[in-house]
Amino acid sequence: MSKGTVVVGMSGGVDSSVAAYLLKEEGYNVIGVTMQIWQADDAEETARDNGCCGITAVDDARRVAERIGIPYYVMNFREEFQQNVIDYFTREYLAGRTPNPCIACNRYVKWESLLQKSMALGADYIATGHYAQVVKLPNGRYSLHMSKTQAKDQTYALYNLTQEQLKHTLMPVGAYEKPEVREIAERIGLPVSHKPDSQEICFINDNDYAGFIEKEVERENERTADAGSKLVVPGPGNFVTADGKILGQHKGITHYTIGQRRGLGLPMGHHVFVTEIRPETNEVVIGENTDVFTTSLLCNALNFMSVEDLPIGEKARVMGKIRYKHGGEMCTLTRVDEDTIRADFDTPVRAVTPGQAVVFYDGDVVYGGGTIMGPVK
Amino acid sequence: MIYLDHGATTPCDPSVRDAMLPFFTDKFENPSSIYSASGSVKNIVMDVRETAAALIGASREEIFFTSGGTEADNWALMGAADMYRREHAEGGHIITGSIEHPAILNTCAYLEKMGFDVTYLPVDRDGYVSVSDLESSIRPDTCLVSIMLANNEVGTIEPIKELAKTAHDKNVLFHTDAVQAFAQIPINVEELGIDMLSASAHKFYGPKGIGLFYVKKGISMGSFIHGGAQERGRRAGTENVPGIVGLGAAMKLASENMEKYASHEAELRDHMIERILNEIPGTHLNGPEKNRLPGNVSISFDGLESESLVIGLDFRGIMASAGSACSAGSAEPSHVLTAMGRSNAEAKSTVRFSIGRGNTIDEIDEAVDAVKAIAENMRKR
Repeated sequence: MSKGTVVVGMSGGVDSSVAAYLLKEEGYNVIGVTMQIWQADDAEETARDNGCCGITAVDDARRVAERIGIPYYVMNFREEFQQNVIDYFTREYLAGRTPNPCIACNRYVKWESLLQKSMALGADYIATGHYAQVVKLPNGRYSLHMSKTQAKDQTYALYNLTQEQLKHTLMPVGAYEKPEVREIAERIGLPVSHKPDSQEICFINDNDYAGFIEKEVERENERTADAGSKLVVPGPGNFVTADGKILGQHKGITHYTIGQRRGLGLPMGHHVFVTEIRPETNEVVIGENTDVFTTSLLCNALNFMSVEDLPIGEKARVMGKIRYKHGGEMCTLTRVDEDTIRADFDTPVRAVTPGQAVVFYDGDVVYGGGTIMGPVK
Repeated sequence: MIYLDHGATTPCDPSVRDAMLPFFTDKFENPSSIYSASGSVKNIVMDVRETAAALIGASREEIFFTSGGTEADNWALMGAADMYRREHAEGGHIITGSIEHPAILNTCAYLEKMGFDVTYLPVDRDGYVSVSDLESSIRPDTCLVSIMLANNEVGTIEPIKELAKTAHDKNVLFHTDAVQAFAQIPINVEELGIDMLSASAHKFYGPKGIGLFYVKKGISMGSFIHGGAQERGRRAGTENVPGIVGLGAAMKLASENMEKYASHEAELRDHMIERILNEIPGTHLNGPEKNRLPGNVSISFDGLESESLVIGLDFRGIMASAGSACSAGSAEPSHVLTAMGRSNAEAKSTVRFSIGRGNTIDEIDEAVDAVKAIAENMRKR
């Protein structure tokens, strides 16, 4: 008796391959799918591509699917990815913020679009190889429990999933340690067990964010007939101190992020840091290490997971993570208005970056989160 | 399993395979060798050349074996460009259609980079290239017109005779990519006025990796692959003898039964089209009703995605195609359908069924029932 039909998003890597295997062992009717979300323009770029969506990923995933004995398809999500991830990524950078494209990809592409297509095919669930566990709480809500492998925990990038999405989601590797997952892959002879973990943003080569944005803007402008709505890459401007003293010229705000030290080219005689980006005046504010720390932030575009809401007038004590690799700090949440929460940290946190997500945890369970608007000054 | 993707490829007919087998082992000799055993191998290569020539009303000197349709298409375009360049240091203009196969379109894109101008003729809603569009596009420096005989996605059979005459009236060579039509519908190069033609064996129950290029006598087409004296030095490399034998057997089988196969496929095709259009709401046929390839059924389903339809069909053991595919194997909106005036959404909602000689009416009915059930389910969700 089948436990239902599940579409597994397969990247060709160890985690999603083992996820597919585990679900088949558990008795699900498993279908493997690789989401094609990005394709480099020229063949050379494609050949180099080893991110989660490249041709090599497809070749590896297809082989794994045959090995496990499940049907396998490549589904095209390029339009969805362009609209929800690339366009968002570009616009955020142009506005002087530092976006997190993986979070947008998870919510709108990996979950919304894949789930919709999978349900249309008659599937009951979708599954991934993420290190997180879907839990149903006593209050009836679905949330994500941190992975058994703390260092691999991926709940941060998944905080934005909706209740409906979580209800139809399985994450079988979240219950395992990474070495156990590799061991399973090796034991069943999956051809991928020695592949390194994927890192960085899958659609950007060599970490050249600014170059990518320039190309995207050019491409976008070619598509736009109306001269008035063309995008502009901000040009060089001034490095300034918080009190307005000009320190030198910067290459354009898309080249910088909060807390950045390297590549500033400022002969100050000691380490200085980016403390703020001001898109309206095209300025990059420079300060000392201590200036990068703040105790309070505001966030919006909220999503609640373990609770339905944080009503105005109430407070919550949670742990807050302000970026993927952040260890987390205890903080107190206050609802400011309909779409805004203020978080006051017990100890100052470094480099609160507008555009990044802040994710809150109640113990090991995701409480909710939002997009950082900026520090409270 | 019901295979309805014969436009992608066909299985090798067992009689074709049997004809090929001796040429892997017993009759393995190089046709160019001196000893007598190679003579019979050389003879069979010549036999196949004659079979091909007879099939399209050409003579055997006009047939060159290639690795397939793509190579023949490359040869036609690059060869014509080469001939032009021998006489002119710059300029040069090629005319093709906007619904051609990538083998043509991407070779044209390459020639554009090499300094040639390319005009991509538009098509109407049924996929037809217009003779007057062609006429007004021909320039003094036009060196080739290349229009496919029949379209692979929507089955439209182009007015080749009129198009070729228009090209000839202005002294321009005419090539046709006949990969989808060759050995399936009658083609006479003399009657149609074709100067060059491309064909591929695996589209008509022959093996993969072999095709042919017809070039009319008197056209000073240069060598495409340089090397030994094979194919009169114009396409060097030791002959793919088993492939050539397979191509020959497949051509014989097709030509002896062309009417029978075509009418069988057309009957199933019309039955399938009629049932789908009548029984499934929001469906439209792409391409003309009558003047289409015997096995081609191209249908758009309002509001549904071809990708999901094709995967849904696969769950039920039915193999069909979702228009063109990208390198990774996922479905892309078809350039053919968008050129035919369909929206991106319509192009993404199209499924191609291509019927073969071995399909039965019961299989077609089962496939239609499956599509119907899938479309109903998908629309309910």
